[in-house]
Amino acid sequence: MALQSLDILRRSATTTPPPGVRKGVEVAKLIDVSACIGCKACQVACSEWNDIRAEVGSCVGVYDNPTDLSAQAWTVMRFAEHEEKDRLEWLIRKDGCMHCADPGCLKSCPSPGAIIQYANGIVDFHQENCIGCGYCVTGCPFNVPRISKEDSKAYKCSLCSDRVAVGQEPACVKTCPTGAIQFGSKEDMKDYAAERVADLKRRGYEQAGLYDPQGVGGTHVMYVLHHSDRPELYSGLPANPSISPLVSLWKGFAKPLATLALAGVALGSLFHYVTKGPNEVSKEIEDEIEAEDKEGTK
Amino acid sequence: MIRDPKDLKRYNASERANHWVVGISFILLALSGLAFFHPAFFPLTQLFGGPVWARILHPYVGVLMALAFLVIFLRFKHLNRMTAADREWLAKARNMVDGNDHDMPEQGKYNGGQKVMFWVLALCMLLMTLSGVAIWRAWFGFDITVVRLGAVVHAAAGAVMIAMIMVHVYAAIWVKGTIRAMWYGTVTRAWAKQHHRGWYRQMTGK
Amino acid sequence: MDNKGTPSVGVKINRRQFFRISAAGVGASSAALVGVMPTAAQAEVRQYKLTRAREVRNTCTYCSVGCGLLMYSLGGGPKNARAEIIHIEGDPDHPVSRGALCPKGAGLLDFIHSPGRLRYPEVREPGSNAWKRISWHEAIERIAKLMKADRDANVVDKNAEGVPVNRWISTAMLTASASSNETGIITQKFMRSLGIVATDAQARVCHGPTVSALASTFGRGAMTNSWVDIKNADFILVMGGNAAEAHPVGFRWAIEAKKQRGAKLVVVDPRFNRTAAVADHYMPIRAGSDIAFLGGVINWLIAHDKIHWDYVKAYTNAAAIVGEGYSFDEGLFSGYDAEKGKYDRASWSYELDAAGNIRTDPTLAHPRCVWNLMKAHYSRYTPEMVTNLTGTPQDGFLKVCELLGETAVPNKVGTILYALGWTQHTVGAQNIRTMAMIQLLLGNIGMPGGGVNALRGHSNIQGLSDLGLLSTALPGYLTLPNEKAHPGFTDYIAKTTPKALREGQFNYWSNTPKFFVSLMKWFWGDKATKDNNWGYDWLPKWDKLYDVLQVTELMHQGKINGFIVQGFNPLASFPDANKVVEAFSKLKYMVIIDPIATETSTFWQNQGESNNVDPAKIQTEVFRLPSTCFAEEDGAIVNSGRWLQWHWKGAEPPGEAKGDQEIIGELFVALRELYRKEGGKVAEPILNLSWPYRDPAAPTPEELAKELNGRALADIPDPKDPTRFLARKGEQLPGFAVLQDDGSTLCANWIFSGCWTQAGNQMARRDNTDTGLGNTPGWAWSWPANRRILYNRASCTPEGKPWDPSRKLIAWNGEKWAGADVPDFKADAAPDSGMGPFIMNPEGIGRLFCVDKLVDGPFPEHYEPMESPLGTNPLHPKVVTSPAVRIFKSDRERLGTHKDFPYVGTTYRLTEHFQFWTKSVRLSAIAQPEQFVEISETLAREKGIAAGDWVKVSSKRGYIKARAVVTKRVKALTVNKQTVHQIGIPLHWGWEGVAKKGFLTNVLPPAVGDCNTQTPEYKAFLVNLQKI
Repeated sequence: MALQSLDILRRSATTTPPPGVRKGVEVAKLIDVSACIGCKACQVACSEWNDIRAEVGSCVGVYDNPTDLSAQAWTVMRFAEHEEKDRLEWLIRKDGCMHCADPGCLKSCPSPGAIIQYANGIVDFHQENCIGCGYCVTGCPFNVPRISKEDSKAYKCSLCSDRVAVGQEPACVKTCPTGAIQFGSKEDMKDYAAERVADLKRRGYEQAGLYDPQGVGGTHVMYVLHHSDRPELYSGLPANPSISPLVSLWKGFAKPLATLALAGVALGSLFHYVTKGPNEVSKEIEDEIEAEDKEGTK
Repeated sequence: MIRDPKDLKRYNASERANHWVVGISFILLALSGLAFFHPAFFPLTQLFGGPVWARILHPYVGVLMALAFLVIFLRFKHLNRMTAADREWLAKARNMVDGNDHDMPEQGKYNGGQKVMFWVLALCMLLMTLSGVAIWRAWFGFDITVVRLGAVVHAAAGAVMIAMIMVHVYAAIWVKGTIRAMWYGTVTRAWAKQHHRGWYRQMTGK
Repeated sequence: MDNKGTPSVGVKINRRQFFRISAAGVGASSAALVGVMPTAAQAEVRQYKLTRAREVRNTCTYCSVGCGLLMYSLGGGPKNARAEIIHIEGDPDHPVSRGALCPKGAGLLDFIHSPGRLRYPEVREPGSNAWKRISWHEAIERIAKLMKADRDANVVDKNAEGVPVNRWISTAMLTASASSNETGIITQKFMRSLGIVATDAQARVCHGPTVSALASTFGRGAMTNSWVDIKNADFILVMGGNAAEAHPVGFRWAIEAKKQRGAKLVVVDPRFNRTAAVADHYMPIRAGSDIAFLGGVINWLIAHDKIHWDYVKAYTNAAAIVGEGYSFDEGLFSGYDAEKGKYDRASWSYELDAAGNIRTDPTLAHPRCVWNLMKAHYSRYTPEMVTNLTGTPQDGFLKVCELLGETAVPNKVGTILYALGWTQHTVGAQNIRTMAMIQLLLGNIGMPGGGVNALRGHSNIQGLSDLGLLSTALPGYLTLPNEKAHPGFTDYIAKTTPKALREGQFNYWSNTPKFFVSLMKWFWGDKATKDNNWGYDWLPKWDKLYDVLQVTELMHQGKINGFIVQGFNPLASFPDANKVVEAFSKLKYMVIIDPIATETSTFWQNQGESNNVDPAKIQTEVFRLPSTCFAEEDGAIVNSGRWLQWHWKGAEPPGEAKGDQEIIGELFVALRELYRKEGGKVAEPILNLSWPYRDPAAPTPEELAKELNGRALADIPDPKDPTRFLARKGEQLPGFAVLQDDGSTLCANWIFSGCWTQAGNQMARRDNTDTGLGNTPGWAWSWPANRRILYNRASCTPEGKPWDPSRKLIAWNGEKWAGADVPDFKADAAPDSGMGPFIMNPEGIGRLFCVDKLVDGPFPEHYEPMESPLGTNPLHPKVVTSPAVRIFKSDRERLGTHKDFPYVGTTYRLTEHFQFWTKSVRLSAIAQPEQFVEISETLAREKGIAAGDWVKVSSKRGYIKARAVVTKRVKALTVNKQTVHQIGIPLHWGWEGVAKKGFLTNVLPPAVGDCNTQTPEYKAFLVNLQKI
């Protein structure tokens, strides 16, 4: 494959720094839940642009369809009805990859180059390098990647890396009818979010705020929430997401330590052998056995 | 190597075959497992026809190893009960490692170190099997916390197991006259008398 | 390594340093050990798929927002490559959509490539159970013969009084609201030449009442403002509609008003809907009680003096004195004839002075002035009464009143967004009228950010309404002659050309003769002369309204033999679908022209429970002709804001599909040929029809668009300067002001005049420069005369200054009116000329009292739906439902009562789907795959229903089975001291398509319509519910 996109921050299962001299704009997608009508245009535009079509499912008693993310559905709307003090709220959240600054999927991935974090913040899956182990699913704090039943490769939102690469916005952003999804530099998105939060506070949402969880180093998909103190109201958005300590242990400390330990055992054995020499049967015992044999033949 | 009819039979053919099924499975698993564990080992996947094949084959080989190991376990577990002598042996293990095995207590078929190895490996194997099932996505879909725990346990138990096996293999190399027990099934009486005197007495009646 | 709280840059450095160590220690050695290293694949993104694809501009074919599309097709355009559309996304230059598309629009690619697309002409022979592929030639020949045979047998040349009526009732036709203006106008010509009056477009089943209500109040029946203008509002009420759901991209401007102006958004709806999800306040309401709510608002505004007095006094008929005969008592207005079930409207009129002008009392003291009559009429609508009728909590109702009341000042403007939630009632037009009155009282009409914004449904339903594709209409809101009122040309002109009712009014309809004669010249060409009254006798004359309910009834009675259905799915769209199937089964022939397979085209197929018919017993001969869709044609469609947007073809249609104009052209040519050869009854209108198209069998969009604009048939001298000409012979006209009544101009639709001038196709313009307040006059072209905000003269004080200087749209500059928009006014009429801002009304002012313009009363009054959950009307128990309702005996028998059907059913659309089309679109089907109904948690508990369960919803007329969505968003209401449960019933399913098969929702609602327009009452009827 040609080496054309060299603005890479991190590359899965790669121990040396990827080409990363050039520094571009760090991008972000901002989802203003307070302006989202749950129309699913983003869902459809995503499938259309990426040439994926989920199965035609069933109604399971809610508006959610497809009912979950899949290899053919990289973003889905999740609808939650929340009633508080006689006031009903329909909290609708576009779910999909958060493009973490510290991506658990990339950290977990054993296959070199299957997951790439570009310098602009996009975390992209490269199916041609994917081995289908599912470690990315294990590593993701947001439960986003899905393994295809057809090709056993992992798929998720690419933040339309192909569009962004040529200077366009992601398909979902462009299509969003109400402007609930915005795209730009991460800095601009934070500024815009601050305006939205101020507006929401004026309208009585005192806990309005930006969701840019620092547990994963911040994300390149952020939410403006009316109840930022309780993100779990939005169909279980995690309050303090971070790469699971188990995953950190597994792909963090354990990896080099165990490798070193194994090397230590190997080298230790070698040095033991050369310093102490082989453990052979002692001359005395050999003689004893010989003596016994002679006795026996007599 | 001179074969002597008076050599002592340490393992029969079935036991040896069983051991080597486990052994070969282990090598395959260790090579492919390490490849997924640390990128430095990733090129090892080429030995399996590429990373995707390595990912597909690894768990099936794992099932084979678990089954073969289970048989070995059942065969040898009664020989690996720890005794007071084993504990004494373990207490003096450092002398042994230093090559100074004159005043080690008398050992049966297995010494304390081997028994510890046996139980640790058995525990690891159990953990590897359970955690392996937990993270085998082709067939199972456990809760994400279980999968995450499984991944850690699998990696940790795997590392311990690999280390133990390295010790196991090295011990066999270091203690001359050992390896033939798993090739031909026999050891010399001298070897037995030196390293496993209890067993030597039991076998020879002396 | 857990990097909790570590900034990303820090993480990177840490990790890199760390990796250097580990890589050096282990990685390198082990790689060397193995001796292999896989190719270091870096990371290239997916190839950008559009780099050299051909890009074509189009307009979305679904709703009336008219979003801009960019269509990308494979192949660079050489003759050897067949273009295939591979991607569609929004046009970022489009002033309304700005690149956005709703879920339907975003999935348009799958519409173009739907497996349901028709590829070949087909016929289903009588009694057969299958389609048979036939050639175009055979199809056209057979259809033309069937039509001619039926016409020859049944066309009425003269009525009993000897008036030439040229009426052919026994074949009906439906026209397509998604087709272009050019298709619409050629269809109009085709139909009327044959004498077809039993015709309708989707407007009949959707926004008919809008036209009645708004025209009777303001003079024109269209959305008053534009989509983008919604951003100028301070207050937005969404009621009788669900803008976020139905018009997501237009709704962006409501969100924009919230974001930029801090506007408040309030939703009043039976359900907490998608609009409510982003609203500041939501109030529940019982379906069918909107007039009670809005009448209560009027009462509150008057009681609390929240009236924009200067506006009301200057621009409404508040001061007009009403004739003595008018009265309202116990639910009945004066003039009711109980036997006929109709009003004689003579007493609903102004008192005129000797000169024929309205008598007024500017002090508003006169007991019979409109103001006092209105005040008295709504005094009964107390907040208690409102709550009792609507079920809306009183504090919620008062909150809406207060927020609306705040806009009674000049510098606060409120708008209302509504759609079918108001139109689809027996009191549909009156629902809208009530809001129109409120907006007049608040001074919000003509204002940027104000208006009464009817959000139209289909992409070109506005255009088809404008083109008069309704039973009794002609293009440009001219009426088709009625046999009694307009037996001759002079009667017609006399009755359709009003006299001004006040001094100095523009009274634009005084130009009717110019519009009409120019239309006749388009119809009949050189054959239309002054001597033959411009061919007046050849036009069909109607005897009664042949709306879709009437046509279905006649079909059901076996009185209609043929049905031509162009881009319409009447089986799914008409109410009481079970009756409709029976009606269709009695037809001799049916012709379907559609890009996609519809339930109508397969009404003869047995679909089990959802259509349990026996094909062998159905003797209808059904033809199915594949037509192009939007992406495969050029043409213009009119969005809700009245913009005529030209679009371009991106690819060839699939298989043998043909454009609608070609299909109509071939059919007409074949018919004309038959009449030429064989002769036949009433052949003159056919043989004399002007058909000047270069290829008569395939008129082009350009030819037709130019005719819509009109051209000079002779030099038109400038009356101000005889040496100059307004237009030379053969030239395209600059606009409707140049139209003549002497036969020297031709124009197919006067209100479209200006769309294709000598300067070229104005509809194709794509300059999105904002001239102020979001106005983009250089983008496409808007009727009338490229005005974007109707009645914009009313945005200024009588002295000609903007009411709100920060919202300056136009102003009097001392010589003329000018500004960001084209003035909707006589440009040089000075403020002191006394000319009123509502130039289409003969009185020049907005009508609080709409005199005799509506059949069911000059003031809106609350009447219960035909199927009322109360069984009474607490306002006047003797008159429960509207006294002016027309209902056929057979339909009345199919009405249920609240005893058998205790719940209120209300149908609606979901944002993921468009009518019955998108169930054939994979992307849309994925987003909402299966039929469901929405019920409250209370009702679900009562019935033991859990979310996702199957339920059966039945009315007196039929039943559907669907999944249950159990939701907090629907609540039980307390109305007239009883509990009323409402069941929400989305309507998108059927048996054709790629979505899960479902039932036709419209088996449930009754076949009864709005008193004025017969738009069916889909929004409030009675049902029962059971778990299955």
